[in-house]
Amino acid sequence: MLRYVAIRLASAVVMALLASLVIFLISNFVPGDPVLAQLGDILASDPAVVAQWRAKWGLDLPLWDRYWIFLSGLLHGDLGISIATRRPVLEDIAQYAPATIELATVSFLLALVVGIPLGVAAAVWRDSIVDAVARAVSLLGVSAPTFWLAFIFLAIFYGWLGWAPGPGRLDPIAFPPEGGTGFFLWDSAVQGDWETFHDALTHLALPAIVLAAATLGLITRTTRAAMLECLHQDYVRVARAKGLKERAVVLHHALRNALVPVVTLGGLAYANLLTGAVMTETIFAWPGLGRYTFRSAAALDFPAIMGITLVVSATYLLVNLVVDLSYALLDPRVRR
Amino acid sequence: MSDAVLHVRNLVTVFHTDAGPVRAVDGVSFSVGKGETLGIVGESGSGKSVTAQSLMRLLDPPARIEGGQVLFEGRDVLTMSPRELTAWRGANAAMVFQDSLTGLNPVLRILRQVTEHVVAHGRMDARDARRHGIELLRRMGVASPERAAASYPHQFSGGMRQRVMIAMGMANDPTLLLADEPTTALDVTIQAQILDLLAGLNEKFGTAIVLISHDLGVIGTICKRIVVMYAGEVVEEGPTADVLSDPRHPYAWALANAVPRLDAPIADRLPGIEGAPPDPLAMPQGCRFAPRCPWRIERCGTERPPLAAVAPGRLARCWVTADGRSLPPRTVPAHAKPPESSTTEPLLVARDLVKHFPLPKKSFFGAREVVHAVNGVSLHVMPGERLGIVGESGCGKSTLARLVTRLHTPDAGHIRFDGQDIATLGGEELRQLRPRLQMVFQDPYASLNPRMRIGDILAEPLLVHGRARTAAEAGERVGALLDMVGLNPSWAIRFPHEFSGGQRQRISIARALGLEPALIVADEPVSALDVNVQAQVLNLMLDLRERMGLAYMFIAHDLAVVRAFCDRVAVMYLGRIVEEAPARDLFAQPAHPYTVSLLSAVPEPGRQRVVLGGEPPSTLRLPQGCAFRARCPVAQPVCAEPPPPTEIAPGHRVLCHAPGSFKGMP
Repeated sequence: MLRYVAIRLASAVVMALLASLVIFLISNFVPGDPVLAQLGDILASDPAVVAQWRAKWGLDLPLWDRYWIFLSGLLHGDLGISIATRRPVLEDIAQYAPATIELATVSFLLALVVGIPLGVAAAVWRDSIVDAVARAVSLLGVSAPTFWLAFIFLAIFYGWLGWAPGPGRLDPIAFPPEGGTGFFLWDSAVQGDWETFHDALTHLALPAIVLAAATLGLITRTTRAAMLECLHQDYVRVARAKGLKERAVVLHHALRNALVPVVTLGGLAYANLLTGAVMTETIFAWPGLGRYTFRSAAALDFPAIMGITLVVSATYLLVNLVVDLSYALLDPRVRR
Repeated sequence: MSDAVLHVRNLVTVFHTDAGPVRAVDGVSFSVGKGETLGIVGESGSGKSVTAQSLMRLLDPPARIEGGQVLFEGRDVLTMSPRELTAWRGANAAMVFQDSLTGLNPVLRILRQVTEHVVAHGRMDARDARRHGIELLRRMGVASPERAAASYPHQFSGGMRQRVMIAMGMANDPTLLLADEPTTALDVTIQAQILDLLAGLNEKFGTAIVLISHDLGVIGTICKRIVVMYAGEVVEEGPTADVLSDPRHPYAWALANAVPRLDAPIADRLPGIEGAPPDPLAMPQGCRFAPRCPWRIERCGTERPPLAAVAPGRLARCWVTADGRSLPPRTVPAHAKPPESSTTEPLLVARDLVKHFPLPKKSFFGAREVVHAVNGVSLHVMPGERLGIVGESGCGKSTLARLVTRLHTPDAGHIRFDGQDIATLGGEELRQLRPRLQMVFQDPYASLNPRMRIGDILAEPLLVHGRARTAAEAGERVGALLDMVGLNPSWAIRFPHEFSGGQRQRISIARALGLEPALIVADEPVSALDVNVQAQVLNLMLDLRERMGLAYMFIAHDLAVVRAFCDRVAVMYLGRIVEEAPARDLFAQPAHPYTVSLLSAVPEPGRQRVVLGGEPPSTLRLPQGCAFRARCPVAQPVCAEPPPPTEIAPGHRVLCHAPGSFKGMP
């Protein structure tokens, strides 16, 4: 088990290095000149200005030197200076990331907490009303486009029923909670500021549900399918023949085996939620990474793009590591 | 029958399929006395497993129990409430399933699986249950039970897993143990160990056992009484010895005689009964066996016979024997002429073949482990000869088959086929060779592409190798091939799933025959088939040999089948041939202790058996000296040296320091 963990960790480090190299190379070879994008047509027509500008940002150095600078900066937590905002990329990311992580994590938990029990219930009571509901939920969640769902939810729960507040993370006149991590739910809860907590939570509800829909649909469907398969395995029949109660048969014998594919999917889904929230963030005026990414890409802001891509790949690596370790916890055959 | 533990009356279980209701169990009645052993035998689809699962009410929809009573010590299991049912299952009656790989939960520790129902039924607390579980494992012969208890199923061999399954069944000391094909997936020597274990449980603890199997030999070694099922009905019931020696139902007769036996005279044909079980959606109106029955009388086609007494303590469902007469004994045709004198050149010669498979490295610096599959095998096959290769799983027989057909390339050694050295052929030359050297695989379900029509499957090799130039020409050949293997040529448009296992194996044989091979290497071609179908396929292979002058290399784990089919037999152990002889000599005078034990382990009623302890050693580390030394009942210090090959009679070669020194049990 220990060796398994060590191997996973080591391979994650190697993958991270490779990712940094690939990211660096790609951003160097994409067509599109940041000089042109930043200076504008008039200034860019002056070779002296261009050369000076290139020297300032180190664009005149050989490729490998630049990679080395990039890598050593990276190890010191330096992702460079954003060309567009003129601020350290790390600071930018630190400012925008918590909003996205909070949104994605709440969506993810929502999808798990609803999706797994729903999938299990649908499999156990196959062809019942629960099953019909589960199938409807998964079909709707997977097939309804996010922007459409977002507008419908805003129209119904904000515009018509008035149950939910409008876009944004907090009431426009409210101040962010103290604590400084940027995770509003966490900060306000730690401070005991329940008014802000409530405000943040109600603002989070709609975008979280909208973002969770697709993941919820997938998780429900996968859990249901995996459970149906496991419930027909011989060991489930053996467990019944032993005189175990149905609840023990389902939860102890079938569910644990069924969770393996759900974990795989869950890992991918969480990484997707973190990086794929652009649409939801835009509609709900959510100041998160998605919007930052969009702005940086439009401005060909290479340091920012590289920084974001690195953070994203690091997230994927981390999530993958967690998934791999969960496999080992769930399935002893993996531990070698 | 007042002391009956289990009394089944008119049990009816129906599968509600899309095509209509299938009465898988149709009015089955029998009873099991206290401490009795009852065998239920029948081929796949006869309803024996469905019966067992109905008794425990383990079936899922679309199966439904639609009638009858299952009285367990007077209480009807079928009318128990869900709560009563869970309290009864696993406590008073337990079940052991066929496949211990899928029957054990892969993610739970052995101890938990063996004892969770002891705790759930409130017999013991967790601490006592733990001690009880380890004791149970010890009693079932699981090596180092404490470590085993903390392990997971995938860390065990099939035999050990089956012991765990039995420990699980016995955990609450049940009155009745239902065992559904408990040894079918195991090697003969391991099967013998498990059968001994079951018999011991019955003797020591008085546990009543219902043993379900397709193998009469297995049933015969344990069970005093036997129930024969066919097409969802009980067709015969009686003391095992009587049913085997004097079957009163034609199907029981076929079962008893279709099984090749080690102690029967060698015949050229196995007396199987042609045909297949009836379509369960359209059962014959009269006797369900009538369409296949050689002794059919007029009444059989119109009136369904009752299960009636034909002799004291014996029941049969047959109009022919209803008046108490016996069925005619099996006629043994004289053995055909011995194989032609071997003056000709051998068709295939293999010398010192070696094949090792390196495993993926476990750690970066660790040594790479190697599976020593085949370690220096030499053999030859004469034209038209049938060479049998026998051995337990892991002995390298399948790898050997793949080496001589060049699906694998040997690491060392030579193979001459038809005068050509083929050990290192590649590319086009190898392709040229393929038609002459064909292979038939074990699993007729996996070796036919499910998305191709049978006609296309058979035509493909003909077109690829230029035996037919046009699709129409190939179509004609396909028709002839199907006819040759006893299938209707018009079935060429069907897909594989529309055929039974036996029919599929005929198709596999037809595919191999299409290219007019000189040698067919058949890897366990009949081991997935029911005995009766097995006899049919073996007879077909014999016919084809006579008609086309084929030679066979026939790989099997079933010794009796090899004895019935082969001219010459080689016994493999750990990648080596330890004994090789003409079939007659080998079975009459086995000289290697392993061969003796292997023959002795075959379950046949009324025979004393040697039960070999332990399991074949790992192929990762080959033992020094004689490979069989660790399990050998007569091992000597000298066995630490590599044994010399000795020829003890013409063509009878043994790899042993003291051939013939072990004779088996007195």
